[in-house]
Amino acid sequence: MPRSGIRMTTGERFFNVFNILFLSFMVVITLYPLLYVLFAAFSVPSRLMTKYGILLGPQGFSLVSFIAVFQNPNIWSGYGNTIIIVIGGTALNMLMTIMGGYVLSRKNWFLTRPIALGVVFTMYFGGGLIPFYLTVRGLHLDNTLLALIIPTAISTYNMMIMRTAMVTIPPSLEESAMLDGAGHLTILFKIITPLIFPTLAVLVLYYGVEHWNSWFNAMIFLRKRALFPLQLILREILIQNSTLDMSIGSAATDQEMLSETIKYSVIIVSTVPILCLYPFLQRYFVKGVMVGAVKG
Amino acid sequence: MDQKNMTIRSRFLREMTKNGELYLIALPVIAYYIIFHYVPMYGAQIAFKDFSPSAGIEGSPWVGFRHFIDFFGSIYFVRVLKNTLVISATSLIFGFPAPIILALLINELRTRRFSRTVQTITYMPHFISMVVICGMIREFTSQAGLISVVLSYFGLPARTMLNDAGLFVPIYVISGIWQGVGWGSIIYLAALTGIDQELYQAASIDGAGRWKQTLHVTLPCLLPTIIVLLILRTGNILSVGAEKIILLYNAAIYETSDVISSYVYRRGLLNSDWSFSAAVGLFNSVVNFILVAFVNWLSRRTSETSLW
Repeated sequence: MPRSGIRMTTGERFFNVFNILFLSFMVVITLYPLLYVLFAAFSVPSRLMTKYGILLGPQGFSLVSFIAVFQNPNIWSGYGNTIIIVIGGTALNMLMTIMGGYVLSRKNWFLTRPIALGVVFTMYFGGGLIPFYLTVRGLHLDNTLLALIIPTAISTYNMMIMRTAMVTIPPSLEESAMLDGAGHLTILFKIITPLIFPTLAVLVLYYGVEHWNSWFNAMIFLRKRALFPLQLILREILIQNSTLDMSIGSAATDQEMLSETIKYSVIIVSTVPILCLYPFLQRYFVKGVMVGAVKG
Repeated sequence: MDQKNMTIRSRFLREMTKNGELYLIALPVIAYYIIFHYVPMYGAQIAFKDFSPSAGIEGSPWVGFRHFIDFFGSIYFVRVLKNTLVISATSLIFGFPAPIILALLINELRTRRFSRTVQTITYMPHFISMVVICGMIREFTSQAGLISVVLSYFGLPARTMLNDAGLFVPIYVISGIWQGVGWGSIIYLAALTGIDQELYQAASIDGAGRWKQTLHVTLPCLLPTIIVLLILRTGNILSVGAEKIILLYNAAIYETSDVISSYVYRRGLLNSDWSFSAAVGLFNSVVNFILVAFVNWLSRRTSETSLW
């Protein structure tokens, strides 16, 4: 941020240099673990095993671990399930959030305030994990992908962002539409929704990433492996160390070496889609934080 | 009487013709909140019962505060409460100022391009899933892992760091800062761009250098944002999420890593002690709620900044 141009003192010059160095260090610290994963994933497994510490590039070049990952049917079914959850879940999220935001942005309706109170209360108090689990199971949603879509249909925080966006639309627009005989549905979907496109984009991204990354509900509600989303398969591989079925057929020592690089490859395979989209979408994500910062 | 019925009915009809579609729009939203938020709150009564799935919530016998008494009397009570507080307070002390400092430093950068680069890169880890982050932590802190080996250059013995109970909190907190510091700084950067430039000009005319400008202009302008976020964090001091804990801990280090939420998960969903774990969860919810309300009240009294 440029400030009035008085000449820099030595102290200020020293600070500038220190600041640039420190932030460069931050960049390296943030980026290097991700680069390490990239290097390790493409390394020859036996060479990675003998190379400890910092890597400055892949050790040799090999795609064996990626081949092993892509030959694993669980990765594919996980990817498929995750895509279904992301698309279906985000669609339902948006529909519900748009409707909720509309209801909460009505100023003259006698039910707006009671509904708002009921909604906000849930941000600060809840029944807890076990009653939530029993409720979802009681609805027989467990062991279906719906368990990952319906119980998380609205994020109250995101709905407040939606409400804030809708409140800023001049009421004269709605009033004139009302006079032309438009009902609430027409006003909401034909007039208001197109006007808040940037907010919609932000919330689609928030919900989408949330679904892509979520695993806890999948872990507690799903038992059929065929339904597992990608993150749950990742958890088996990365946390519970079950890479054996992928490296099967190789000798025991090879298996052990391969299982290390498989872990890194699987991280690449699951994270690259998000990190590739990220630079293009960063603007929207950041905007979301700022919209959310305006107190609703 | 008839007259009165008529007016109620006509008012109802008028409301329906005017707002009928609004009811249609509100209905799914209200239904969602009732089913997935208020029904579980009603279901929390199993904390006072001996719940069995076959008898159902209504049919299970009442046992009063027995589960709470069991919990408070067990060795786990002190352990999970202490761990939750330690993890949460350490995250607060180190994790809360970090994004503020980062935002101030980014704000002092004179080259826009570098500042953009720093922001883009430090925001990135926020989007990596918890499973992947914890997978990376486990790999890097394993005996032959990147971090263990680098630390061994400084004379520390290379070992599986997550088997060492004393290292769990530092690993949890440092990785949390690594993942969250950039993202957390956005909100402060937004507040910084909102500061009136004339304030800086006035300060520099008064002879204030950059350090003094930061101290007397920037920080006071950030204070409302800082206070609101601090209220939220302090109110949540007893809610450490189970996800990261479950992905990182193991039975050997429960002593420092088991928190209330992970304990609820284990006892409830893995051991099927439904009522007992619901009681532990309810205790946590109630204390959390009281804390948020208290901190909010305190801040409204002292600084006129509050959540509600």
